[in-house]
Amino acid sequence: MNDQLVNYTLHLADDALILGHRNSEWCGHGPVLEQDIAITNISLDLIGQARNFYQYAAELINQLTNPQDAAHKPSNTTEDSLAYLRDNREFKNCLLVEQPNGDWAKTMVRQFFFSAYQFYLYQELEKNKYEQLAAIAEKSLKEVNYHLRWSSEWVIRLGDGTEESHKRMSSAIDELWMYTGEMFQAAGYELQAANEGTGVDPSTLKNKWEEKVREVFDEATLHYPGNVFMQTGGKEGKHTEHLGYILAELQFMQRAYPNSEW
Amino acid sequence: MNNFLRKFYYGDIPEDKAGGNVVSSNAKTDWPLWEIFIRSKQGLDHKHVGSLHAADAQMAIENARDVYTRRMEGVSLWVVESKYIHASNPDDAESFYEPAEDKVYRHPTFYDLPDAVKHM
Repeated sequence: MNDQLVNYTLHLADDALILGHRNSEWCGHGPVLEQDIAITNISLDLIGQARNFYQYAAELINQLTNPQDAAHKPSNTTEDSLAYLRDNREFKNCLLVEQPNGDWAKTMVRQFFFSAYQFYLYQELEKNKYEQLAAIAEKSLKEVNYHLRWSSEWVIRLGDGTEESHKRMSSAIDELWMYTGEMFQAAGYELQAANEGTGVDPSTLKNKWEEKVREVFDEATLHYPGNVFMQTGGKEGKHTEHLGYILAELQFMQRAYPNSEW
Repeated sequence: MNNFLRKFYYGDIPEDKAGGNVVSSNAKTDWPLWEIFIRSKQGLDHKHVGSLHAADAQMAIENARDVYTRRMEGVSLWVVESKYIHASNPDDAESFYEPAEDKVYRHPTFYDLPDAVKHM
């Protein structure tokens, strides 16, 4: 039980929360009613995963900061305080999930890249020595399985669709590819968690992910990008400018009206 | 280019005359309409629950999953493209259904059941 595990759990939570928030921006704006509901469902799945991880992180933090001696002020960290009251630099999500929705093609590519990553990540996380993390992974994997299937089909449908849809997919891939490398570069807390058997070293997932992406791109007649410079930093709290805007919207209510409930 | 898709309702689907709802649609860009059937639990039959748009059967099943089974409504889905459903004409109602009205003897309620028979 240590800070590394807290950071690792927060990283898992932040990834899910920020992508869930991004997807929720489609609510009411989906291209057709049925897909509006589909993307909103996925959004709710991800926010649900985030809640589970935040609740666990809050539990860990409260245990760490509430030692027996009374000199310490008791901490009352909750899932809400973690989601609504941390600043930009404290968020540990990867850069990919905070990228703007763009058009439907870009949202689908982002979802596909991330769901494929989560799919292999949660399969490993299921074996975690901490039951809580293993249980969250097991529950979430069923959802992610569907997200991956759904987003893969959209990638294939649009990639192998019309000239226009193919063009949009290609430019979405061009825009997002530089953010994919970060998922597989272990941050300090990830490596340490992996060494202690409480986390997964993401670099071990890279081959499976690439294989999956190649397979889907082949079917979608999309070009698999070559090596480009990969943007990193999100997992360590250095984000693109987009995260600030997300947090401004996400956290406004709790910041303006502390402890408000409805 | 505006074409008209006929929105068919379960049990009330005319072959040619109006009777179902007429939904205007742009046939070039709109996805076909699909009727959705859900089995709520093992052993029960699939029941019609509504319709939705989808590009193909696969997407129709996934859309149905997202639209109609979010609150644990079912364990199995059928989708049928609406254009393949044929129905009786409401104009035929008189000759189709009214003759049955005065034939109550078709209900199995005129038999004396032995006490030993349960669950009838």
